[in-house]
Amino acid sequence: MHGLTFDIAHMLAGSLVLVSFIELYQDRLSALLNTFALHAFVLAASVAWQAFVQDAPHLYITALIALVFKAIVIPVVLHRIVVQLGIHREIENVYGVGLAMLVGIGLVALSMVVMLRVTAEADPLAREDLAFALSVVLIGLLMMVTRRNAVSQVVGFMSLENGLVLAATGAKGMPLVVEISVAFSVLIAFIVIGIFLFRIRERFDTVDMQAMDKFRGEQR
Amino acid sequence: MTFDALDGVLLIPAASACLLAALPGYRLTSRLNMLAAFLTFATACSLFVVEPTTGSYLLVDDLNKVFIVLTTFVSFTTSAFSASYIGHEIEIGRLKLGYVRFYHAMYQVLMFAMNLALVANNIGLMWVAIELATLTTVLMVGIYRTHEALEAAWKYFILGSVGIALALFGTILIYMAALPVIGEGPNAMVWTILVAHAARFDPDLLNVAFVFLLLGYGTKVGLAPLHAWLPDAHAEGPTPISAVLSGLLLNVALYALLRFKMLLALNPIAIAPGPLMVTMGLISAIFAAFMLYRRRDIKRMFAYSSIEHMGIIVFAFGVGGPLANFAGLLHMTMHSLTKSAIFFAVGHIAQVKGSQKISDLSGLTVTHPVLGWGLVLGVIAIAGLPPLGIFMSEFLVVSSAFARQPWLVLFLVCAILVALGGLFIKLNTIAFGEPRGSTAPSQASYVPMFAHLAIVFVAGIYLPPMLVAGFENVARLLG
Repeated sequence: MHGLTFDIAHMLAGSLVLVSFIELYQDRLSALLNTFALHAFVLAASVAWQAFVQDAPHLYITALIALVFKAIVIPVVLHRIVVQLGIHREIENVYGVGLAMLVGIGLVALSMVVMLRVTAEADPLAREDLAFALSVVLIGLLMMVTRRNAVSQVVGFMSLENGLVLAATGAKGMPLVVEISVAFSVLIAFIVIGIFLFRIRERFDTVDMQAMDKFRGEQR
Repeated sequence: MTFDALDGVLLIPAASACLLAALPGYRLTSRLNMLAAFLTFATACSLFVVEPTTGSYLLVDDLNKVFIVLTTFVSFTTSAFSASYIGHEIEIGRLKLGYVRFYHAMYQVLMFAMNLALVANNIGLMWVAIELATLTTVLMVGIYRTHEALEAAWKYFILGSVGIALALFGTILIYMAALPVIGEGPNAMVWTILVAHAARFDPDLLNVAFVFLLLGYGTKVGLAPLHAWLPDAHAEGPTPISAVLSGLLLNVALYALLRFKMLLALNPIAIAPGPLMVTMGLISAIFAAFMLYRRRDIKRMFAYSSIEHMGIIVFAFGVGGPLANFAGLLHMTMHSLTKSAIFFAVGHIAQVKGSQKISDLSGLTVTHPVLGWGLVLGVIAIAGLPPLGIFMSEFLVVSSAFARQPWLVLFLVCAILVALGGLFIKLNTIAFGEPRGSTAPSQASYVPMFAHLAIVFVAGIYLPPMLVAGFENVARLLG
């Protein structure tokens, strides 16, 4: 039975990396938000499976938060914002899709090399989870760098947080404090971002971060 | 259940945050804010008299006592400065009365978060506290709702979150490293237990974890090349927040780094964290020193000066050894006091002149002699001229590091001199140029600014033996 539980956990964590890649090449905001919902859904499944495998009921709460909050509430709200702002049609990649994908592959390879080597003695499930989690974190970072639209940067940040949750749940018996705090911080982060998005719209008539860069403090 | 001083430094800010969120107006609330900050400071001082016991969540030792007392002291003086600063902002209508309630509540939440980060005995709890501190400062930086303030807050938020996320990954890795030795559960995140078993942790995992922690918390310390948020956040937020950011929040992030450095130092096989810190510190100091020359905004200029000094401090701690650690600790204290005094002066100057641009501020010693000369004194102190405290601490950093790594010190000295040049060119314009702008007298309260400068001045000449003994003790602890 151990083989099967391991395989399923492996598959779910791997799928998360895969969905990260799908996020990377979405060039329409609404499609990106749908993909993010899928990302959060896969995370929820993965966390729930970990809860079952580790016999740690408190992880079900984390899974539930991921499912309800990240997979349903946030994408729905962001959809509405995006439609309201009238920017649901397109987002620009600063670099081309091909280049972003190649860099993404490089980052996954990097995290495999680093994490698998240093965790040679850890529990095999945990080490693979950690390697996948680092990949998700790095791809999230990559997304934040390559997008210049505020909404897609936020999505990048949230997928980065998903990677952190994956890492935290993969580490056996990690205290509850941390999981709740991660979920909670996403909540706060979202509120903050929400406020900012509205304000940004009010003041700039755009959510394009490149336009914002013009308001740097030191122009004469 | 009994309360001790440790609970006090957390409960007083938390309770006053709730209270201040409910009270309208600003005259009463700004006084209450001061009172709360003073009570927290008094409670923190009592840590030296009665030492509370270390529990599984809160910890007190010689290292964090120094940080807590410094933090609560500067918070108290800043709240006094903030009272007169905010009063003026409301009079000129730059800040709406409704935001004041929010501002004071956030100020106390920030105090709570910083104190929590300093006393946390759990690496997870510490991370949560630093995250909370980041979020509150993001909200405060954006409080004016101007283009610039929002851009600064957004940049700070994004970079801060990325840093915080990397730090969390590092924290998880530390837990993973502790797992086989300590076993599952909360114990594998408790500082005191981690330290006791650190020698048997997996060294490879510790190494990777430290890299993430250095990048993550290093972003919050403002180390180059992760500093991009810092000048904007300092320049666009209310000046009391610039003082708290520079004087305190950077220290809190540094404290987190130092704790992890101590953990790594206990493991014989893990990499030495020193060289990494030396490199980042040196790069920050040199980079920031050159950046001083092209600044047009006075608050941005002093923000870059903060990056430079954090670089010097991280360099000193990276070199390590009792002497360099002592120097780093002293430099950190002096920098906190001096930099917040400078921001107090800058805050009032920007208010009377109605501008932060250096070109609009010239001739300050003529139009506003007290503020002008106060700023001159502050800049002399921050540039590291004798006989003030920073001269002594910089001298100690340089001389203690010279014995270990003479070539690196050469770069450091260059950075200090370059920064001195940059600061003085700008100071010459600001203080002694052709008088410009408003000559209306300032109704500022000068007490906080001159109190800090007086301490820095005295410390440059005479350090009380008790303080020296205390710092030496901490320096040994840091290894």
